[in-house]
Amino acid sequence: MNTTGIEFKGVTKAFVRDDGSRQVILDQVSFGIPAGKTTVIAGGSGQGKSVTLKLILRLMQVDEGNILVGGDDITRVRGRRLKELRTRFGVLFQGAALFDSMTVFENVALPLRERTAKTEDEIREQVLSSLEQLELLGHENKFPAQLSGGMKKRAGLARALQLKPEIMLFDEPTTGLDPVMTQEIYQLFAKTQEQIGYTSIIVSHDIPKVFNLADQVIVLNNGAMDVFSSPEAIQWSSKPHIREFVQTTMGEIYQSHLVEK
Amino acid sequence: MSKQHNPISRLGSNGLSIVVDLGRMGLYLLQMIQGCLRTPFRFSEFMRQMNFIGVGSLVVIFFTAASTGMVLGLQGYYSLHKFGAEGMLGSAVSLTLIMELGPVLTALMVAGRAGSAMCAELGIMRISEQLDALDCMAIDPFRYLISPKLLAALISVPLLTALFDVIGIAGGYVAGVHLMGVNPGSYIDGMQSSVTSHDVWLGTVKSFVFALLVVWICTGRGYFVHLIRGAGFGARSVSRVTTQAVVLSSISVLIFDYLLTAILI
Repeated sequence: MNTTGIEFKGVTKAFVRDDGSRQVILDQVSFGIPAGKTTVIAGGSGQGKSVTLKLILRLMQVDEGNILVGGDDITRVRGRRLKELRTRFGVLFQGAALFDSMTVFENVALPLRERTAKTEDEIREQVLSSLEQLELLGHENKFPAQLSGGMKKRAGLARALQLKPEIMLFDEPTTGLDPVMTQEIYQLFAKTQEQIGYTSIIVSHDIPKVFNLADQVIVLNNGAMDVFSSPEAIQWSSKPHIREFVQTTMGEIYQSHLVEK
Repeated sequence: MSKQHNPISRLGSNGLSIVVDLGRMGLYLLQMIQGCLRTPFRFSEFMRQMNFIGVGSLVVIFFTAASTGMVLGLQGYYSLHKFGAEGMLGSAVSLTLIMELGPVLTALMVAGRAGSAMCAELGIMRISEQLDALDCMAIDPFRYLISPKLLAALISVPLLTALFDVIGIAGGYVAGVHLMGVNPGSYIDGMQSSVTSHDVWLGTVKSFVFALLVVWICTGRGYFVHLIRGAGFGARSVSRVTTQAVVLSSISVLIFDYLLTAILI
């Protein structure tokens, strides 16, 4: 069973704009992401959703506070220890971040070639099996530029899952996809999470669809965070900015709950 | 007066930004050198870069060297003829090429051709999150991507410089001997008697340093494209930073050429 959760303790992150002013993205926020569950991070543009993911991965450093990954403080580790911690993550980037000069097969095989001692035959077998599972078999010799948006996302997911991550981070995974493909991608997330049992963090604008996957919802707003123990709980919040968020992003559901109430 | 319009604040802010940038690039240089020592070594990427930087630059080096050598031959003849010293043409052409023009022009050509490509490649990888993806897979981008470029440049740039010198000297011979009628024996003899192993060593040291400078600046600007103040975002930031990298590396080559000549001559 996966026991790797994440805990933010008093995390602050701010950026200095070109004009010298300071934009606070996260202001002393503390919350937990439960192990083996799916947490959705929502919020308007520029509220720091992707920054939160980058802080978890230590692609950015916090200004203050600590981020514990399975008990290890990723904000304090360096070198080999940081590398070890990062191997516990899988990431599906917004644009899939496939390497343009490599084929789909080479992209998916990369973590296995670089991070494991597997033979080329074993790698081939594992990669082809993953590609089959994600319905990409037959496309393994194509380059990313020859793939559709949905295929790129699936190839990115296949690559992210190769090392059986304990935590999967999804950054706007359905941006640019049509509703059918979006649904397929969410089904894949659910299926792979069931198989591997990873802790899942999804940053998405795709409200309310993504809430079908969520065990916990976090809404970012002007440096503050509101944590809801379920997608349903968000609809009963009395905070004005949450009510506005709910009305803007999922007006119909909110309205239906108002009627039930 | 708001902070951004206050000239003293802006001066301080720009000064701090330069210090931060220099510190970042200093650490980057260290990581690039450390990356060369990390295993497993990516031999295939190293050979690809040797092909790209070395073999790919052969044509431009050939034409630059031939034209430089021939112009030197003609100009040298014109100047030396005034003093009746045409016999010194071989010496003048070879020393100028081996100690100065060979290393400098080769580095400038490599910066314009390969350096710009390296900067753009890494810049695009940065803005499309490919470098972040490497970090997330715990794959060291220095060992995987950047250090093979450095090693390939450290080997291919001195070889290209040597080739530049040979073609340039031959160009000077064609212009001086065949076109202007300088005695071939005096051209060769002047070259042999005046060029010492120290001159060749100086040219080689310069070409190593210039290769390091070009790869350091060009890959570094691309790697940090997202952090460079005023570069903007997306494709425009990559194009701006690429131009900036070629200009910066070319100026650095010229400055270091003077410094190395002053120190080592």
